[in-house]
Amino acid sequence: MRLPPYADLLGLVAETGDDGAPVLMMPFATQVLGRPGFLHGGAISGLMEMAAIVALHAALESEGGGEIKPINVTVDFMRGGRDKETRSRGVVTRLGTRVANVEATAWQDDPAKPIAAARMNYLIVRS
Amino acid sequence: MTFTGFDPERFFRAGLGHGGALGIQYHAHGADWAELSLPYDGKLVGNPGTGVIASGPILSLMDMATSMGVWLRADAFVAHATLDLRVDYLRPATPGKTVIGRGECYRLTRSIAFVRGQAHDGDPDDPLAHVAGTFMAPEGYPR
Repeated sequence: MRLPPYADLLGLVAETGDDGAPVLMMPFATQVLGRPGFLHGGAISGLMEMAAIVALHAALESEGGGEIKPINVTVDFMRGGRDKETRSRGVVTRLGTRVANVEATAWQDDPAKPIAAARMNYLIVRS
Repeated sequence: MTFTGFDPERFFRAGLGHGGALGIQYHAHGADWAELSLPYDGKLVGNPGTGVIASGPILSLMDMATSMGVWLRADAFVAHATLDLRVDYLRPATPGKTVIGRGECYRLTRSIAFVRGQAHDGDPDDPLAHVAGTFMAPEGYPR
């Protein structure tokens, strides 16, 4: 999947997780900096939204594809993002006919200790 | 880290970090609210097919606008962190138009700030996003 310009602004790199599922990696750089030494919450959220979109597109492709439109997102911030690589993956919890529910987490060293988590609802327009 | 008084215009002049990368600028403020602007830019696009900007920059804009609303209501710059933020994307932003994000702190307690806000691209009565969230100051907000 070709990532959009906003993903390039965040510096996102597509990787493959241990189980073969897509993971997005965001390097630490000035364009994602919030207060000195910490990631901006908006950049962490942007990373998780992109990971959710990648996961949803992958799930949709297996059913013939379609367009997606964001309805809402709820982000919980658990700890400050430090000056290192951040990764995120999205998990489609339900793919319905018109609505998809997706969850995403962002972590730095340990996937079991996320720095943030997001829940998103998307409207689906199937092709 | 607490500095008495808060000047959002001066705070935003630096144009550094994530806000600077997105092109976010100061727009206006009041006693408990701040408005920031996000000019349209091709690098913000989330859907190249339509030219609509991604939802992420809107969330960043609203996180920053609501955060500034808290500092204005506290009349101090206080180190704090976003606990949670919910964004309802009411409609896509119109390609080419500047997005204005207005963030308001409607309740401030000793350690928690409750915020809400809206984003529009020209007509405040036709918002494109609605947000609600909370911030926490580990060392407390001034009372």
